[in-house]
Amino acid sequence: MTAASITVSETPLVLYVLRRADDALVLGHRLSEWCGHAPMMEEDMAMANMGLDLLGQARELYGYAAKVEGKDNDEDKLAYLRDVRQYRNLLLLEQPNGDFARTMTRQFFYAAFSDLYWRAMMASRDTTLAAIAAKSEKESAYHLRHSSEWMVRLGDGTEESHRRAQLAVDDLWAFTGEMFAVDDSERGLIDAGIAIDPESLRTQWLATVARVIDEATLKLPANDWMQKGGRIGQHTEHLGHLLSELQSMQRTFPGATW
Amino acid sequence: MSLTAHDSDLRQRAWNAAAQVVDPEIPVLTIADLGVLRDVTVHDGEVEIAITPTYSGCPAMNMIAVEIEVALARAGFRKPKVRTVLSPAWTTDWMSDDGRRKLRDYGIAPPQAGSGRRALFGVEQVACPQCGSTDTETLSEFGSTSCKALWRCRSCREPFDYFKCH
Ligand SMILES: [Zn+2]
Repeated sequence: MTAASITVSETPLVLYVLRRADDALVLGHRLSEWCGHAPMMEEDMAMANMGLDLLGQARELYGYAAKVEGKDNDEDKLAYLRDVRQYRNLLLLEQPNGDFARTMTRQFFYAAFSDLYWRAMMASRDTTLAAIAAKSEKESAYHLRHSSEWMVRLGDGTEESHRRAQLAVDDLWAFTGEMFAVDDSERGLIDAGIAIDPESLRTQWLATVARVIDEATLKLPANDWMQKGGRIGQHTEHLGHLLSELQSMQRTFPGATW
Repeated sequence: MSLTAHDSDLRQRAWNAAAQVVDPEIPVLTIADLGVLRDVTVHDGEVEIAITPTYSGCPAMNMIAVEIEVALARAGFRKPKVRTVLSPAWTTDWMSDDGRRKLRDYGIAPPQAGSGRRALFGVEQVACPQCGSTDTETLSEFGSTSCKALWRCRSCREPFDYFKCH
């Protein structure tokens, strides 16, 4: 690897936008890993389509973060030239695909959140974020419906699919709390009407999740201990591997284009 | 600043040229049919075209922007600018009636008005573009491109693309 990492002046707004951009890029990349490997053709296309939606969201968000920062960085540098400790995504989204049940559970937990989140963000006083939200909200609705249907099909399917789906729910549950966490840098943006308070989405999120999980004959874990860290760059071991693949071309051949 | 008659004429010519550009993935639809073409402005003889993406990650947007530049250059405009606007977000409601008819003739079911995108589980009713039967089923919410879903007709047994609501 030859291209050095960039530095980013993380003002509260830059950091806020970067966190959402990293969410979209990391989950989009995970979904793209299914390309050519999904259990059936239709799902292969669904994964690629949803990955593309997320990549599109990431591009808009990175572009805006670079603009707000007002330095030398652009969407490509932000995506390709930050190392793992500079990534700000939710831990949930960097978790490996595992089997199809695990991928769908990760997707479901997040889509149930992002659907509410983007809809609420359409009222942001930041017009760029509100515009990005209006597009992302429509896409999230499809992601939620797709993953909800899969949760039911897997949970209320065979003994084996039920077992795997329940295992995925149990394992990923501890990563869901981070979606609702707010730190000081975000508190100011919430007070200014630029960001929304994710805590205000929790009841509705839980209602959606509980309804689908129940219909899927699955159970939500009783434990409420939650793992955090992604928002401040403390990641699980999985993100480094993901980034080494995602960034290898630009790190090896800086500035390479098609 | 008021729009001069000259600018107004230029604007109409630029609009007409841009409106001919087709979606590379659904070549029977122009960007005007789709509602992707949002605005044309002329300032001191310089023309700027505003387009909006159908989906955030729509890979056709780059190609559409290039095609617009080519179409305008052919129409005699120098250095046309293409700008992407996100707000208001594109919706299938902007698709013209003409566009819907062309889509159906092409074998793609046009988007349903007022369908239940918000429903947690699928509830849409879509007519088969081949035989018109509404006895149809979803195969996949995600089809050959971001904007389409894959359906099948139970009457004539043909699979078909459905341009989904957005
Ligand atoms: Zn039919």
